[in-house]
Amino acid sequence: MNNHILSHLPYKSSFRFVDNILLLSEDEVRGEYTLKEDAFFYEDHFAGNPVTPGVIVTEIMAQIGLVVLGIFLVLKETDFNFMDDDSLYPLLTSTDVSFYKMVLPGEKVTVISKKQYFRFGKLKCHVEMLDSDKELIASGTFAGIIKKIAVKNG
Amino acid sequence: MTRQEILNELKKVISPYTTNKEMLAQINEDTDLLKDLKINSANLVDIIIDAEAKYDIEIDYDEADKMMNVGSCIDVISEKIGQKQ
Repeated sequence: MNNHILSHLPYKSSFRFVDNILLLSEDEVRGEYTLKEDAFFYEDHFAGNPVTPGVIVTEIMAQIGLVVLGIFLVLKETDFNFMDDDSLYPLLTSTDVSFYKMVLPGEKVTVISKKQYFRFGKLKCHVEMLDSDKELIASGTFAGIIKKIAVKNG
Repeated sequence: MTRQEILNELKKVISPYTTNKEMLAQINEDTDLLKDLKINSANLVDIIIDAEAKYDIEIDYDEADKMMNVGSCIDVISEKIGQKQ
């Protein structure tokens, strides 16, 4: 229902951290992701003792909390066809996150993001990640923009 | 409100968004927010929102676009304050 927005995400396979959008409105998004047991980062982080890196937890929060909501807002607000323009990318401009719990391979996490503002193309949100027992894994403030990038190949 | 008064208050608005406090202490109308104060360009939006709250004004997209140095920020703010009166 809300998942059509996922076709607009620019991430592929090993760096796409959104499975399912539970709720999507102008002020809030909720989404889920299950960490794959064979994800590339577990082999080395840490050897013999796989734990999800904080940067990946941060990325999951950013993709669900900021990028999904940001694309939704941009599509709603503007006439230009965002997705036909493949030089437009979501960019993270700041994060401030605190971590409370580890995330292990195979865990399913839920991200809840509430909009603080969306102005002049910048989206700022308060984002929380919860585990399946609804316990807080991480929370923080995320901000980003969608920017045209001239990608030079070769 | 004089331009100097606005400049003094603008310093307080900008302060949370720059680590260059030495430069901030001696800003003038030519000080560039990005180049001189090394402000993250996305945080200009926060400065504009904070300035709106402080002066109870509303800044639109075209005006925001002009606010690249201290002088142009003062231009926009003083014009907006003038319109309120």
